[in-house]
Amino acid sequence: MPLSRRSLIGSAAAGAALAAGPWRLALADGVTDKRLVLVVLRGGLDGLAAFAPYGDPNYRSLRNQLALDEPGRDDGLVDLGGFFGLHPALAPLAPWYQAGEMLAVHAVATPYRERSHFDAQDLLENGTARPHGSDDGWLNRALAQLGASDRRLGLAVGHGVPLVLRGDVDVANWQPSQLPAADPSFHSLVAGLYRNDPMLAHAFEEGLRATAMAEETLDEATMRPGRRIGRQEAATLLAETAGRMLADPAGPRVAVLEVPGWDTHAGQGTVNGRLATALRRLAESLTRLREGLGPVWSDTAIAVVTEFGRTAGPNGSGGTDHGTGTVAILLGGAVAGGRMIADWPGLSTGALYEGRDLAPTQDLRAFLKGVLRDHLNLPESSLAAGVFPGSSGVAAMNGLIAV
Amino acid sequence: MSRRDAAVAAGRFGYGPKPGELDQIASDPRGWVIEQLSKSPERPEGLRAIPDSVDRAAQVLVALNQGADNLAQMMRQEGRRIYISDVAARTLAAARTEDAVIERLVHFWSNHFTVSASRPIVLPVALPFEQEAIRPHVLGRFTDMLLAVARHPAMLAYLDNAVSVGPNSWAGRRRDRGLNENLAREILELHTLGVDGGYTQDDVRQLALILTGWTVRRPQDGDPGRFRFLPAIHEPGDKRLLGVVYAEDGQAEGERALADLARHPSTARHIAVKLARHFIADQPPGTAVDRLAAAFQASDGDLHAVSRELVQIDAVWADPLPKFKSPNDLVISALRSMGGAPGNSEVGTGAVASLDMLGQAPFTAPSPAGWPDTAEAWATPEAMVRRVEWGLEVAQRIGGSIDPRRFVDWTIAPVAADDTLIAIDRAPSAEEGLALAFASPAFQRR
Repeated sequence: MPLSRRSLIGSAAAGAALAAGPWRLALADGVTDKRLVLVVLRGGLDGLAAFAPYGDPNYRSLRNQLALDEPGRDDGLVDLGGFFGLHPALAPLAPWYQAGEMLAVHAVATPYRERSHFDAQDLLENGTARPHGSDDGWLNRALAQLGASDRRLGLAVGHGVPLVLRGDVDVANWQPSQLPAADPSFHSLVAGLYRNDPMLAHAFEEGLRATAMAEETLDEATMRPGRRIGRQEAATLLAETAGRMLADPAGPRVAVLEVPGWDTHAGQGTVNGRLATALRRLAESLTRLREGLGPVWSDTAIAVVTEFGRTAGPNGSGGTDHGTGTVAILLGGAVAGGRMIADWPGLSTGALYEGRDLAPTQDLRAFLKGVLRDHLNLPESSLAAGVFPGSSGVAAMNGLIAV
Repeated sequence: MSRRDAAVAAGRFGYGPKPGELDQIASDPRGWVIEQLSKSPERPEGLRAIPDSVDRAAQVLVALNQGADNLAQMMRQEGRRIYISDVAARTLAAARTEDAVIERLVHFWSNHFTVSASRPIVLPVALPFEQEAIRPHVLGRFTDMLLAVARHPAMLAYLDNAVSVGPNSWAGRRRDRGLNENLAREILELHTLGVDGGYTQDDVRQLALILTGWTVRRPQDGDPGRFRFLPAIHEPGDKRLLGVVYAEDGQAEGERALADLARHPSTARHIAVKLARHFIADQPPGTAVDRLAAAFQASDGDLHAVSRELVQIDAVWADPLPKFKSPNDLVISALRSMGGAPGNSEVGTGAVASLDMLGQAPFTAPSPAGWPDTAEAWATPEAMVRRVEWGLEVAQRIGGSIDPRRFVDWTIAPVAADDTLIAIDRAPSAEEGLALAFASPAFQRR
């Protein structure tokens, strides 16, 4: 059932009836035109595979069966300036790098130094230096700094709202549904039931807003009810839709996408295997995201982060275990890319963190602060105080965003 | 005599009332729960025909030996069919049983010891795992459950212990394989002590060394799919876990280590927090957690004693609707509220599709930590709209065959707000009345 524009606005109005004011406000003064997408790779990306330091003298011996072939060979790395090479599964992104629209920061880590996924992800998202250090997320606190007021500037794509976007500022949340949309009058009856249940009322109202917004953005083919989509298609569809929602001048400015599947304890592989499959999907999703962003690509920065890296060498099962240093990637038309940023610690046994991981030489918060300061124009003082509490000693990275 | 407490008992400890069930429970709600806790947790009708994990695992392992392509093809053809029929059986069993308290406990502990579909071998053995390693122990001893889990092929495959090789073992010195810490880490972090339970990275490694050799028989070993302890990959020598030396003793070494972990005070606390969160509130009172941890320790991890203690905690009964239902709760309780949909062959498939669409396809939890157990994770904007529209879809499929006012009487009436009851009474149609009942806070919560 392709929904008419009228019915979409109708259901939005039903949701809006619960709250003060219509949701489609005119752009508030001072709201940025920049778009920021945070892609969270859950499970711990092997940065030494995605951006391989093939020029390091210890690379081949340390990585052993996980080492990738040098640039120029069939299925070899794509060279990124003579020291680092891009994993062949990420080759579709190489033109972005060459066009100055992609960079990577290597040997980077959050302040977390243990090896639990769950604590590491919590810390990555809460923006403090410890797990469970805050009940809300740094990106939500950054939205508060943007003066978001009543307008939904943040969008979580997928089933839930990840911690990084949770907090005082309302955000939208969307995922395609295979259910036919209910009649707006039914929605208002339901809304009535939730009058005395603030949690449900709030979630339902926000959900109706996001649904209405998505339906205005999507074409009929993707929204046809009952159409079954595979998981891979779903992931890329989510990415493209997020892009289109962000491209809407009255839409969100910040979106978060979560991508699972990086915890490659066994059978990680090289050109093929579990990690290559995940990387290929990531490249495809980013490509579709870019297509969706269309005209606002030049205003966009996409930060790809993960909770920690993996052990530098293979484990006993052809995989890698939970580690420390890894990469963070920044892509988009607004990025001052075409380069690798690394204070390279080396891969000799003595240089590895605890003798097993790529040693982190950069703080992920410096990278994120650099993006927030130069892309979203947030003052560094408020980043240190409110967004990443206790990070005043961690200076924002300079020059990530093109001026 | 309280229909309100009956609704609490049915919703919090069971999977919501079937028609007429509230009236049976109302004479003694706490006694109703306790009586179920004294039963033997046998498989309900509908799960007795589920094959053993050995049969399922052998099938996968034989196909794997014939090549990865062969396996992939088999999984495409067979895997989906097995999954749908398993999950349908699991969901309907919970929807139809008289002993829903047992099914809730099975699902709770199965989630505590999550296995998930990230490896081809896991999915076909996931439901057998739940029946073999979890169910027999939900009212028994925690230490027995932990041991059964750690020996089970589903867990050994899911968390890679099956391929973990001691670096100084016979095989480790000859082959290019080595230690895998995955299972050891999650046993410490998720299954027993908890992340702040007081262990170090070295303890993770030591437990991994202790557990080397715990693997699964391959077709060439004969009797494929069964647990085996393989001395050739077991790390020789003494190990030191949490300050205790475990002298070289093959398989017994791991059994002793797991038994010690099961009775560790941090484990008692970790389990108490998870139980209280599931049965009392997202942020349970500290006194309730203390009582449960004390009961766990005093009984040396007797889960019957711990479960009984839970029923006696007044905080359980104070607020009728503190918890937001997970999709699993929602789907099973909706089926129960309609009488378990007996005799309908399509309802199982529909239930599986519903769970998937609502975001909780069983045995596909995003990580070894299992599904989240707080409203924050489930009551998201996107999910809220979807749950409401799902309820409408269900109501429309049933058509006008259930009178919403009667439905309310046997389900949410004792705990629903007055305006909910009025709205349902005034609904424009029977379908919409029923859909409003499903959407109401009293049905979305438990």
